[in-house]
Amino acid sequence: MDYFYFAVRRLLQALLVMFVISLIGFSIQDNLGDPLRELVGQSVSEAQRQELRDRMGLNDPFLVQYGRFLAKAVQGDLGQSYFFKKPALEVIAAKFPATLELVIGATLIIITFAVPLGVFCAIRPKSWFSKFVMGFSIVGISVPVFLTAIFSIYLFSVELGWMPSFGRGETRNILGWQSGFFTVDGLVHLILPSISLASIMMPLFIRLIRSEMMEILQMDYIRFAWAKGLYSKRVWFLHAFKNTLLPVITVGGVQVGTMLAYTILTESVFQWPGMGFLFLEAVNRVDTPLIIAYIIVVGLIFVVTNTVVDLVYTWVNPTVKLVGQKS
Amino acid sequence: MRKFFTAVTAAALCMGVATAVHAKTLKMAYDADPVSLDPHEQLSGGTLQLSHMVFDPLVRWTKDLGFEGRLAESWERVDDKTMRFKLRQDVKFHSGNDMTSLDLVWTFDRLKKSPDFKGLFAPFEAMRVVDPHTVDLVTAEPYPLVLHQSTYIFAMDSQFYTGFDKNGKSKAAIVKHGDAFASTNVSGTGPFMVTQREQGVKVTFKRFDGYWDKKSPGNVSEIVMTPIKEGPTRVAALLSGDVDFIAPVPPTDLARIEKNEKTELVTMGGTRIITFQLNQNRVEHFKDQRVRQAIVHAINNKGIVKKIMKGFATVAGQQGPKGYAGFSETLQPRYDLAKAKELMKEAGLEKGFSVTMMAPNNRYVNDAKIAEAVASMLSKINIKVDLKTMPKAQYWPEFDKRSADMMMIGWHSDTEDSANFSEFLTMTPSTETGYGQYNSGNYSNAKVDELVIKSQSMTNPVERAKVLQEVEQVLYDDAAFVPLHWQNLAWAARKGVKIEPVVNVMNFPYLGDLVIE
Repeated sequence: MDYFYFAVRRLLQALLVMFVISLIGFSIQDNLGDPLRELVGQSVSEAQRQELRDRMGLNDPFLVQYGRFLAKAVQGDLGQSYFFKKPALEVIAAKFPATLELVIGATLIIITFAVPLGVFCAIRPKSWFSKFVMGFSIVGISVPVFLTAIFSIYLFSVELGWMPSFGRGETRNILGWQSGFFTVDGLVHLILPSISLASIMMPLFIRLIRSEMMEILQMDYIRFAWAKGLYSKRVWFLHAFKNTLLPVITVGGVQVGTMLAYTILTESVFQWPGMGFLFLEAVNRVDTPLIIAYIIVVGLIFVVTNTVVDLVYTWVNPTVKLVGQKS
Repeated sequence: MRKFFTAVTAAALCMGVATAVHAKTLKMAYDADPVSLDPHEQLSGGTLQLSHMVFDPLVRWTKDLGFEGRLAESWERVDDKTMRFKLRQDVKFHSGNDMTSLDLVWTFDRLKKSPDFKGLFAPFEAMRVVDPHTVDLVTAEPYPLVLHQSTYIFAMDSQFYTGFDKNGKSKAAIVKHGDAFASTNVSGTGPFMVTQREQGVKVTFKRFDGYWDKKSPGNVSEIVMTPIKEGPTRVAALLSGDVDFIAPVPPTDLARIEKNEKTELVTMGGTRIITFQLNQNRVEHFKDQRVRQAIVHAINNKGIVKKIMKGFATVAGQQGPKGYAGFSETLQPRYDLAKAKELMKEAGLEKGFSVTMMAPNNRYVNDAKIAEAVASMLSKINIKVDLKTMPKAQYWPEFDKRSADMMMIGWHSDTEDSANFSEFLTMTPSTETGYGQYNSGNYSNAKVDELVIKSQSMTNPVERAKVLQEVEQVLYDDAAFVPLHWQNLAWAARKGVKIEPVVNVMNFPYLGDLVIE
């Protein structure tokens, strides 16, 4: 019951957040520039422009425009993209698989490398390899993602010629999912962008896993485990590692959002046809309906992941007090 | 990609000389893909580039700014208001329909309705059918630029675009935003047909089997056009062999592409002038011709071209570039700091004054850096500049509001003619006449207005050139604006893709004639 009450509360909060996001998103649109500039040629007269603006409803007062937007939004219609001439949500949905692919690729890379490296650094903090990893992660965290991306293109595509330099490659539809995961060409195209995207998150996770695990290794129950004469593997990987994962899940969930933000950079360098690239282009083209739709969709992803993380966290660790729980 | 490259090289080696019959694919990357398949929806470089691939104009520009017939076999002046075009007889549209004079008249009438194009076609009264393969293009007054404008008349398939689409809307409708038949369906007479289009990702073209121009040397049977927004990525795609042809080339990578033995660079002096305008409504001192002259003399535009543009621009002293009717060799750039100081002294402004300046930071090549350089050059004659740069999306509304004392603007003449610069940039601004729409300086000189209007109805090119040269002279003497430079153009391709013969100063390569070895 408590859990249900908690979930409902979280859901209401999420709705409120979404409303605020839509309001903020909508109110900044006037400062983004004039969409007409991108829709018509330079030599079109001002009178012509005004006529078009009137027809598009851009001259109406803010509240009228926002009311119209909200009325449509609750029905799931976030407006038409000026550039694509299609419903904004449809455009974003069409680009979403590409971004998801990139995020999954990067996540897989992070999990495969960050977990063993982080654990190793915690277990053998004095080894030269640990020191090397920690040193390297400092570099990794400080190099901007677009620099990593451009450098890797230069090295692996231009100089060595091993990797394709841009784009998503061939895709194939399996079980309704059009993805590059199912073709060799698609996978090859994924490598560099995924590594670039992973590069910014990886050091954070290595460091996080290391420090959490080191802390846990100092705890009483681990000492008891040693005293009990358990195998070191069992102590490290079963008892210690399991508890290390708790904070990692929270941070990981929140970082999914940050990762989405970094896809904007990665995608634009690699000309990856995903949501992030779409957003940057939309800003350049002052495609306001698309910008607002993106903000709302990404806001939704943030809210959903945070809520899910909260719920999972309380489930994994029952000692955490639920908000609103009667004590 | 790599395999493709090797395969092509190997094939070329085996055959010795590649013949034009073999299938060739061109992979090209531009910074953006065309916004619509409708040639009348937006007047922009992207649209014109697409038009030259999928459609054919009546006449087109040659490399030396002359004209060659495309759909028009020949043309002659019937009287001072009428030009008669004889059309080719053997032209088919992609849909299979025959092209006749009815299609051209239909296209012309549609141009007159397009918000973007109707301004250009305002001087024209009508296009009339004479016989199935002859049309008369009639202007309201004698008009010198009939052929110039005819480069914009790309015959559309009137039967294909007539009727109703699945939403019950007219297929001919020009819709700026929202779904429309003509934005996504196309039938022209051009060398290429659109086979697939995913906006913002890829457009593929196939050569049109029934293309009328059998004499064209072009041997490209397929084109894959990918937009690559980021300059460095575009260059990397070319260098790694993933694409065969790119444009534009970022100035920072020119040397690298030129030195690379697998790639070829083609550059050309461009026609887009970059200027600063001095707002006389906002700053009293700018009304003084000596102050304006001082500013023009204080700005080292030669230095800007050399240092900031890395030589990739042509220093300007006037609006129109060489090759245009109004260009005169005598109007040279005039950087002279000592003279600038003297002029300020004469005007009693030795101590200088403060102005605000605005410039975009993603519209023209190096725009923000140029503005910074100009600001620091002006400090030498004690004009203190408060500079603000911003993305173009925010800049244009500010420009329309005339928000700063000095504003940057670049201009390319849609008619490839000198008068167009004055009509938009230096004639007296007025909503009534529509002139001076981009004259943020509010410069006004009755003489300039009179001469430009006079030139609009002069059909003798020699006399007309004299008038336009006089306009440039007046603007020069008046220091009506600050001329900086004309941006150069650059294209790059891998060796064997012969882009040099097909590129031109208008920046729409005639890809139908492209030869790949």
